Amino acid sequence: MSDAPDTYSAKDEVGQVLTRRSRRERAWIELKKAPLTAWFGMIVIAVYVLVAVFAPLIAPYGEAEVFPQPYAPWSGEFLLGTDQIGRDIFSRLIYGARNTIGIAIMTTFLAFLVGGGLGLAAAISRGWVDQIISRAVDVLMAIPSLIFALMLLSIFGSSVWSLVVIIALLDSTRVFRLTRAVAMNVVVMEYVEAARLRGEGLGWIMRREILPNIMPPLVAEFGLRFCFVFLTIAALSFLGVGIQPPTADWGSMVRENASLIQFAQYDLKAGITPLLPAGAIALLTVAVNFVVDWFLIKTSGLRDEH
Amino acid sequence: MPRLLAKGRNRLGDIGEFSLHPILSTVLQRLGLGVLTLFFVSVIIFSAIEFLPGDFTQAVLGQAATEDTVAAFRRELGLDQPAYIRYFDWIGSVATGDLGQSFSGRAASGVDRSRSVAELIAPRLANTLFLAAMTAVIAVPLALALGITAALWRGSIYDRTVNAVTLSTISMPEFLVAYLLILFLASLNPIFPSLANISADTPFWERVYRCALPALTLTLVIVAHMMRMTRAAIINLLASPYIEMARLKGLSPRTVILRHALPNAWAPIANVVAFNLAYLVVGVVVVEVVFVYPGVGQLMVDSVTSRDIPVVQACALIFAATYILLNLIADIISIATNPRLLHPR
Repeated sequence: MSDAPDTYSAKDEVGQVLTRRSRRERAWIELKKAPLTAWFGMIVIAVYVLVAVFAPLIAPYGEAEVFPQPYAPWSGEFLLGTDQIGRDIFSRLIYGARNTIGIAIMTTFLAFLVGGGLGLAAAISRGWVDQIISRAVDVLMAIPSLIFALMLLSIFGSSVWSLVVIIALLDSTRVFRLTRAVAMNVVVMEYVEAARLRGEGLGWIMRREILPNIMPPLVAEFGLRFCFVFLTIAALSFLGVGIQPPTADWGSMVRENASLIQFAQYDLKAGITPLLPAGAIALLTVAVNFVVDWFLIKTSGLRDEH
Repeated sequence: MPRLLAKGRNRLGDIGEFSLHPILSTVLQRLGLGVLTLFFVSVIIFSAIEFLPGDFTQAVLGQAATEDTVAAFRRELGLDQPAYIRYFDWIGSVATGDLGQSFSGRAASGVDRSRSVAELIAPRLANTLFLAAMTAVIAVPLALALGITAALWRGSIYDRTVNAVTLSTISMPEFLVAYLLILFLASLNPIFPSLANISADTPFWERVYRCALPALTLTLVIVAHMMRMTRAAIINLLASPYIEMARLKGLSPRTVILRHALPNAWAPIANVVAFNLAYLVVGVVVVEVVFVYPGVGQLMVDSVTSRDIPVVQACALIFAATYILLNLIADIISIATNPRLLHPR
């Protein structure tokens, strides 16, 4: 502040304002404004992903490594004890992250590929294509999805692949409805008409004209759909018709160790062991919900208060 | 939706001199749609058996099954007839209460000790209905009260607490809620039994006592959904201009709610209740397995594991029909209470 006032120039400041912030800077500014719940959600998701990716490095023992002592208590050797045939529960929890989340993400992607593709196709072509797909989806949605999944699993047998395909197809009906609804609003725009008139094909219009404009609701739906898929797979595995042993999976781990709950009076740690995988499921679902909530408010200004 | 209603009115309501009340025509239209949906769903469930691999008879009867036994079994299933004839046979016998014979209990030698599916399902269906009814009796009034009060005192600490609690219950899988309840109410403090084993001759209050934990689990899960949806529906309604008008002209809050908001709120509330009772249909499966409750859900899961297709089909049909019926009832209630349709111009 030793300079005389007449040497002041606004050029520096204006110059700063004019430089466009990079994508990363803008993302960081948005993140800094994010509420605490969103931060919590993002950190939890990041931890889960890290654990899932580096599972073999973190886990002290193998996924299906059997030790002589079944139902061992919590100790330094077996951090959370062992299960009914003597497998280390801590290691199985870590591998479970990889299997359960991996399968759920794969299923959600497949559901979006099928449901989103059909939804866009129905919105663009309208007419009888739209009618046929929409009515078929109406009928499929009239059956509760868990019941439908149980029936299909009894026909095709319980393997990971039939699980992924069945759940993806059932959930794609919901994705179809949403994609069709939001795409319908975009299809009537002039620029889509222009693209159509200059002779672009169905694929181009889907990818380049409509998809970029309906991305935000689809991304939010991806998060919510992931939660549903994740919970459905966990429920099916819990019922014993989903992911089959010896693959470590949170749903079936709850079922396998459920009897330990009866001993809670004598050893509280043993009593809460079967709740840990169930808690892991719940925590991830809450985290994803928090992030999706924040994202929805961010992209659409949507709030339930008027 | 209004466009659909208007169309229905024109099509069914004003045909020549024969004119129906708009409500009746819309309800009839909805009933027709429901029957159609039920038909397609039954076709889907029926065709389950079509997708079975060709050698499934051997899986059912065992490797040692003679050709005669296999042929007799295929004849019993009607596999020597075209699919559409079998469908009408099947749906006809379902309508008369005959759900076919279970796959289990059949031996390779041709000895048939299988039980009829109807006989397997009937007592369990009564148990499941008992559990569902018990849950509904507790959950529906509770959820509506919570939802309406939370909407009225929006933004208060009460509202925020209820919201946070219900959000976390929704995110939990049903079995976590169930095991938490077992941990606290059966294991650490032995108040309720952790297994809900009841039989046909269990007296009523004993039944209620043993069903306490499963019913409580289901209640917690659906109250959360129902309360949030009720709250959203009411808030949506309270924001409309005619409510503001009623408030501004100085009516008491009670009159505003009872005379102005409620008539329009019946439709969303009926939808919320039916949607959640339909959700109960699904939730009941997991909860029955956790508490080893002898209901249809557990039977279905067991049959899926043993791949007993006739039983799975029958259970799926029951669940799907209940689901469709509940949604249909919600639709009809929302039509029948719609003030715009009640007082046609």
